[in-house]
Amino acid sequence: MFSVNLVILIPFIVAALLPFTYRRFKKTHLGWFVLIVPIALFVILARLIPSVASGKTYVHTYEWIPTLDFNFTTYLDGLSMIFALLITGVGSLVILYSIFYLSSKESLQHFYCYLLLFMGAMLGVVFSDNLMVLYVFWELTSVSSFLLIAFWNHRQASRFGAQKAMLITVSGGIAMLVGFIMLHTMTGSFSIREIISSMSEFSDHALFMPAMILVLLGAFTKSAQFPFHIWLPDAMEAPTPVSAYLHSATMVKAGIYLVARFTPVFGADEVWFWVVSVVGMITLFWGSFNAVRQTDLKALLAFSTISQLGLIMSLLGLGSIALQFGYSADSVLYTQATFAALFHLINHSTFKGALFMVVGILDHELGTRDVRRLGGLMTFMPFTFTVALIGSLSMAGLPPFNGFLSKEMFFAATVHIMEVDIFSLPSLGIIFPVVAWIASVFTFVYCAVIVFKAFLGNPQPEKLDKPIHEAPIGMLISPMILATLVVGIFFFPNLLGQYILQPAMSSVYPTFGEAVDLTPKVSAWHGVNPELLMTIGVIIVGAILFKFLKFWKPIYGLFSSRFTFNALYSNLLASSVSKSNTITKFYMNGLLRHYLIYIFVFFIVTVGGYLFYSRAFSFDISTNASFRVYEVCLVAIMAVAAMSMLFARSRMTATLLNGVLGYSIAIFFVIFRAPDLALTQLVVESVTTALFLLAFSHLPDWEKEKLPKGTKVVNGIISIAVGLVVVLVGLSVVDFNQFEPISSYFEDAYELAGGANIVNAILGDFRGFDTMLEVVVLFIAGLGVYSMIKLRTKKEDENIED
Amino acid sequence: METLIIMLIGILVAVATYLILSRNIIRIILGTAVFSHAVHLLILTMGDLKQGNVPLLKEADAPYADALPQALILTAIVISFAVTAFILVLAYRTYQDVGTDDLDKLRGAKDE
Repeated sequence: MFSVNLVILIPFIVAALLPFTYRRFKKTHLGWFVLIVPIALFVILARLIPSVASGKTYVHTYEWIPTLDFNFTTYLDGLSMIFALLITGVGSLVILYSIFYLSSKESLQHFYCYLLLFMGAMLGVVFSDNLMVLYVFWELTSVSSFLLIAFWNHRQASRFGAQKAMLITVSGGIAMLVGFIMLHTMTGSFSIREIISSMSEFSDHALFMPAMILVLLGAFTKSAQFPFHIWLPDAMEAPTPVSAYLHSATMVKAGIYLVARFTPVFGADEVWFWVVSVVGMITLFWGSFNAVRQTDLKALLAFSTISQLGLIMSLLGLGSIALQFGYSADSVLYTQATFAALFHLINHSTFKGALFMVVGILDHELGTRDVRRLGGLMTFMPFTFTVALIGSLSMAGLPPFNGFLSKEMFFAATVHIMEVDIFSLPSLGIIFPVVAWIASVFTFVYCAVIVFKAFLGNPQPEKLDKPIHEAPIGMLISPMILATLVVGIFFFPNLLGQYILQPAMSSVYPTFGEAVDLTPKVSAWHGVNPELLMTIGVIIVGAILFKFLKFWKPIYGLFSSRFTFNALYSNLLASSVSKSNTITKFYMNGLLRHYLIYIFVFFIVTVGGYLFYSRAFSFDISTNASFRVYEVCLVAIMAVAAMSMLFARSRMTATLLNGVLGYSIAIFFVIFRAPDLALTQLVVESVTTALFLLAFSHLPDWEKEKLPKGTKVVNGIISIAVGLVVVLVGLSVVDFNQFEPISSYFEDAYELAGGANIVNAILGDFRGFDTMLEVVVLFIAGLGVYSMIKLRTKKEDENIED
Repeated sequence: METLIIMLIGILVAVATYLILSRNIIRIILGTAVFSHAVHLLILTMGDLKQGNVPLLKEADAPYADALPQALILTAIVISFAVTAFILVLAYRTYQDVGTDDLDKLRGAKDE
């Protein structure tokens, strides 16, 4: 029986094995071995495409903590299929590419271990039906992304970028977790499918809105939506295969996945429509606007990714409006936005993956990604240029590439949305097509930057460290496959639509009946209509803007670097570090006495305070055992001996007084029917006293303590208070008899353990494990004593700890 | 009897606390020793005092004194001995290496 759970687990298993087996791969690149995993998984999943396309879903549950409703339930439907194919498909190409990108001298076992960890976690995110399991995998992707960004951890920028990505995505993840818990409070279920089916009853619930906002926070931080987009450009410090894989094709799309998955849950609400589509639109514009100013090609691609993620996000927002109207011929029109989102999701992964790999090739072969140092590479690197051209034109939305199709559908969706009459101001709807159009113009400009600045124009070999040459064939395979897909999807979009997108549509609109109605026929030419005119406008205006780029580029200088979100993040981080430093230094001041005072005061306040608050104090002298004169004498002796210790002039006196206490207790043990204790106490007390005396010959005599009077008073008050609390608690507890004592059980010691001495039987048999651990403690203490006396650093290594 | 012993425990705890709060390392070690005495007595008292016979099945007749606190104390005595010995040697070694037994001077490195 096929189980999706296994698909998730395989990458984890291989990742766990890598540290032990990588030494066997001395001769061959470790990547060849790892490559098997995503290819195998891709094939397994691809074989299921026809049955998923016919509407079949696969559910498999492995009970984890059923009492808490945490079950490892996987759910394979159309939506998770798209993502899983991207994860394994792009994953295979990226690993193939990385074999030629990373030399064997790098610590490849770490790299591939993290990459497989990510792959497993990401598959877990898209396949999990249980929200808690989804959350765990979600955070795991953040962790593996952190490890991969900081792969070259000797670079400060890598560590900074990794930390930034981690902090932002994990805070969003925690917000999402709270949202999940709210969903569980509302619906009583952690299963996404059950929540979807019962959600319509809860749309007026007080927690509905907070849960929606918190879940969206998780999605927006992960998918680098404005204003959380700032982590993505810094994440570009990762090796390029990682950027291509995590930070453009898969991980950043986890937020998209989450929004698509939760559209049936929250989508019927107007707020969802507004937040998702407006945030997406802002991100789309801001990303493309900032991409134009970048000179580092990888940073350009990072901002372009932000922009494209915003595009997909806004499409999902626009598509959710169909759920407000319910199923009708009109609302089916709006679902096309969601169709375009899923379509563009795939297209973006193909052309952006190819472009990232091209930039990686430039970086790897020429040693730079700076467009100011590149130029005229077309004649030297024809294959790389072809891939870059295909990718860029597709991203710009030109035919005959897949980006053209989804871009046109995007324009169409924004035009349709103008006709919806839910806007309070009729003219407000025009904002969507306008913003979309402006952002597309900027997209066209930065695509032109890639093609014209890097590959056309005059070569500048004097600015490069290495001679210009074409990349090895191995590095070109993966980007060429992606470029082929870019063209292939343009000519056969309906194949993709029917087998991959159609089942996903029914996941997003489960109440809309037949998914066939939701799958529009994609065609490149559909007459002269608004979206075609928009595209032509984009090309004309974009070309003009690119031509005169150097005249209007100074407007970027108008944005002060002090008021950016980056500056806000840095200030927040720096001030929280310094503030917590101050606070910690205030109470962690290195004085043992202060630390102990915290403990004692805490004890007094909580235990004493609760005793007072709960009025639990009780005192009954009638149940006391009788006492004799000599016992009172012994108590008096101990009390006097203890108090004299405080005033002892020499340490010898104090030690002997401690001995008096110990021996008196031994006598008490005799009186209280505990012969074993008395014997042990006598022996231990003798040895302890001898040990003290032995240590004294090596330690200085103590001087009279010169403490300030205030300190002495504080110490005295704390001591008396601690003593008092112990007395009060002791008096209240000694008569406590709410529960049956368990000691009678041990009185069968002879039958149960074969020992007549009950204490011995308890130690050696009933609680034998405790005793064994006690022996271990003794052993460790003995080791410590031995090593402290015998082992010393040699003179010449004296500074070994510095 | 119990009340009397609990009073004694209170005195021992107060003395031990005062000793532990001082600067001299030997006083602190003595403080922990007194503390463990107090705790042993406390555990024993909680199991009722002088009720029943010595918990030796063949030697005495029922009822027996509660054996469980006794077993716990036996463990505690040994552990506290190990701890005392360990800190004593630690104090010895610290004095050898650093030259002081004053805890206020043992505040550790400045730039941690």
